[in-house]
Amino acid sequence: MADNLLEIRDLAVEFGTDIGTTHALREVSFDVLRGKVTAIVGESGSGKSVTANCIMRLIQPPGRITGGKIHFSPNDAPAYDIAALPNKDPRLLDLRGGSVSMVFQEPMTALSPVYTVGNQVAEAILCHRNVSKEEAFEEAADMLRRVGIDNVDRRIQQYPFEFSGGMRQRVVIAMALVCHPQLLICDEPTTALDVTIQAEILTLIRDLQKDLKNSVLFITHDLGVVAQMADQVVVMYQGRVLEVGSVRQVLKTPVHPYTRGLLAAIPGLATKGARLATIASVVGDADLTTPHPLMTLADGRQVSLSSAQLADLELTDD
Amino acid sequence: MSEVANQATPAVVTDLGTETLQEISPRQLAWIRFKRHRLAMISAGFLIAMYLITVFCEFVSPYNTDTRNVKAINAPPMSIHFFDAEGNFHLRPFVYSYDMEINADSWMREYKENTEEMYPIYFFEAGESYHMWNLFEAETHLFATREGYIHVFGTDQLGRDMFTRVFYGARISMSIGVVGVMLTLFFGVLIGGIAGYMGGIVDRGIQRIIEVLLSLPTLPFWMALSAALPVEWSSLMVYFGITIILSLFGWPGLARQVRGKFLALREEDFVMAARLLGAGRLRVIFRHMMPSFTSHIITTATLAVPGMILGETALSFLGIGLRPPVVSWGVLMQQAQNYQVIVMTPWLMIPGLFVVLTVIAFNLLGDGLRDAADPYNTGGNRD
Amino acid sequence: MRAYVIKRVFGMIPTLILISGLIFIVIQLPPGDIVTSTLDRMQSQGLEVSTEAVANLRAQYNLDQPLLIQYVRWIGGFLVGDMGYSYLFTRPVSELVWERLGYTLMITVSSLIFTWAIAIPAGIYSAVRQYSFGDYLITTIMLVGLATPSFLLALMAMYAGYEFFGISIGGLFSPEYRDAPWSFGRLLDFLSHLWIPMVVLGLGGTASTMRILRANLLDELSKPYVVTARAKGVKPMKLLFKYPLRIAINPFISTIGLLMPALISGEAIVSIVLGLPTIGPALIQALIAQDMYLAGSFLMLLAVLTVLGMLLSDLLLAWADPRIRYE
Repeated sequence: MADNLLEIRDLAVEFGTDIGTTHALREVSFDVLRGKVTAIVGESGSGKSVTANCIMRLIQPPGRITGGKIHFSPNDAPAYDIAALPNKDPRLLDLRGGSVSMVFQEPMTALSPVYTVGNQVAEAILCHRNVSKEEAFEEAADMLRRVGIDNVDRRIQQYPFEFSGGMRQRVVIAMALVCHPQLLICDEPTTALDVTIQAEILTLIRDLQKDLKNSVLFITHDLGVVAQMADQVVVMYQGRVLEVGSVRQVLKTPVHPYTRGLLAAIPGLATKGARLATIASVVGDADLTTPHPLMTLADGRQVSLSSAQLADLELTDD
Repeated sequence: MSEVANQATPAVVTDLGTETLQEISPRQLAWIRFKRHRLAMISAGFLIAMYLITVFCEFVSPYNTDTRNVKAINAPPMSIHFFDAEGNFHLRPFVYSYDMEINADSWMREYKENTEEMYPIYFFEAGESYHMWNLFEAETHLFATREGYIHVFGTDQLGRDMFTRVFYGARISMSIGVVGVMLTLFFGVLIGGIAGYMGGIVDRGIQRIIEVLLSLPTLPFWMALSAALPVEWSSLMVYFGITIILSLFGWPGLARQVRGKFLALREEDFVMAARLLGAGRLRVIFRHMMPSFTSHIITTATLAVPGMILGETALSFLGIGLRPPVVSWGVLMQQAQNYQVIVMTPWLMIPGLFVVLTVIAFNLLGDGLRDAADPYNTGGNRD
Repeated sequence: MRAYVIKRVFGMIPTLILISGLIFIVIQLPPGDIVTSTLDRMQSQGLEVSTEAVANLRAQYNLDQPLLIQYVRWIGGFLVGDMGYSYLFTRPVSELVWERLGYTLMITVSSLIFTWAIAIPAGIYSAVRQYSFGDYLITTIMLVGLATPSFLLALMAMYAGYEFFGISIGGLFSPEYRDAPWSFGRLLDFLSHLWIPMVVLGLGGTASTMRILRANLLDELSKPYVVTARAKGVKPMKLLFKYPLRIAINPFISTIGLLMPALISGEAIVSIVLGLPTIGPALIQALIAQDMYLAGSFLMLLAVLTVLGMLLSDLLLAWADPRIRYE
């Protein structure tokens, strides 16, 4: 069994718009480690969510995958390339909600308002396993209990609009985990929630991950959350990967000027009273628009820099 | 890093944000989206052409509405020729005269082309004199024949030229649509705005009235109201009476939309922001709120015109709308009261064809406008 | 749910009162009244009418009373089924109304069903296969249907029925069954005549209904909960029916309420062209003859029908959408 659950190589996605083609992803390459939490950070429009949607093949026209590979090595089945699956391949239905599942940003709209919570959680089981409705509901109830919902016997028959935002996100997490996926993708799962609820949900995801030993791909723009959750970090900007490394490497000693910019833009106690740094002021006149190939450094991390910048880097390292 | 570099950085950021996309204003974007809607463009062209014709219909049509050609009663449309019966090409197009025979079985008139007698068509030619816009006498027509007659759409049972009558009818029917919609807009925006602005008991009262009016079947009430128009009214008064009746049931829908938009916009952050910046009430309404629903109103208005045109046509068809000697599409359709007309004199249905084309054009134009005006619409609502 | 039903049913009462007031005003609008038009008629026939007889006539129609009393009498009579007397048909209005109302209802309801039977599948297909050849074909047909005046459609249907199917034109019965008692043969005859008004009426409604469903469905298709369900691994067909369609159908249900006035409007004119024994043609006769009691009753009944249609659609909507039910 390979160490990497997913190996994404040179993934490219384009969206056709009214006024031209937008390259949402270009040459995106990184690995998702088995049993670990990988985080993707980046600002809005950096391609984080598009990457996640690619893994589940949820990209809809006018968007399309125009190149690259998503090499998936499940625990219990032969490896295959998700990006190359035909639209009608039965493996696609197994993949979605079976071996990979997803928690979305907006718990308020991620559930259909006209079906009960129980119905929607149990449906995930019924889609992937041949069990009776009663068994499915029972398992759904177990999972709902596990994500911290009280009074499950009553709550399971209620509609999503009778739940608060935080509770709804727990339901969505239960729905995602109920089939024991090997990879859980969390697409900014706490952005739409109150700060106190955010912490609860993050702890829940982390605890469940330790319990179930699944891999997590965690998408966020919040470096604090990255520090709390992740083992490995992928920094994205404008559809490209700029830096990949362990949490310690990326947060303590960032190499790429953009990553440094991101870190400098976090408000902290030390910066009290001072003007907050903008990314631009840290990045300076460094050119972020020209793509450079990802280079692996001596310590194992990968970074996308020009050869001149790489040369500079080695000098400062010495 | 030097002071100069620091000052230069904002420009870099802007460049990053718009790497591949050039910046365009909402208005430009709307125009781009509208242009992409080919059918809407064609419809806009058709409607502009139609309205131009209605403005100059005295000039465009070869005859006056009540000019009778006794040689051609219920005559079919003529075809315009460039080649004569011997196959010779004529640069000046021409029509053949009618050859009429009475069918011995049905006693119906039957017309054939008489290839012996041809009438060349002359453009910008003097013909029957007419009263242009009731202002001055003129006699130049877009096209006419010097001898004989020309009936491109045929004639009716009194021998009147259908081509002429269709476009004079367009003047009435198509203007009723526009005038009616303007009235609807006026009342809809005024009443909806009042309801949305005042709130409270005024709002509830208006809401109730709107609900009631919307739940009424329009046609029977149109019928009742137009039957109530006094018989001794002049054509002009009947015209306005019918227009008012048509818009009477049109404004509630619009008022409800305006009210809804008004209420929703009042809560929007950008309105709140404008207010916090110290913008006056009128400035908030006209500078910030109006632009976000004018496009919506224009679209709704465009889509409301066909209803008015169809309403007028239906009422006049039933004989309780406009009455002869006024010529409107509905009045013209009165001649087609039964199916025999379709069999015997199908060209009397030509006004119906124009009704259908105009209504389709308005619908397509409205769809195009709606797509173009909504910046968040990704084409989902396109019909 | 029960509270909602009660609230909604009782909410109809003020609406109906407002409508009846409006109708009363409308039927008072024409200059003159039954008595003056009767007088005109009699005088034109050279009959002398005494002032006493005129006063009697006025009293008979309550025309000597203040307007408010006239209104209360009219609406009060309406409630107990006494709708006055039609001098045009020289029969009590209620008799006239009931026999015609049945046919009106039958035609309206059957074209409502026809509308759905066509609009729902067409709307779904058109939304799911957006911009396909089929989508363009359906939307084009619908657009023409929407743009063609119903009387024109009726004329063309009559022509087609006569020319291609050899069906007698107009009416709801063949001559041999017109006054016959109900029998199986009469029913078949009725059904063979019913389809023309049904199709003609339904076509206009189909176009707008389909457009609404298509637009709703396209909106819903891009909603997050659809993506969630897709990410769950729900099969495409089931996904479509269980998620977006289930919600898109809600606003669609509420359009039943709007479809009713449209259908009843259309029914009036189609019946006039096709010569059907429904309310529409009688209404226009009554209006032209200024038989305002008759006209008022017809208008009131049509309005009640549409209000009931709206009530029905609201209740259906509440049953279909838990968000409304729980409010």
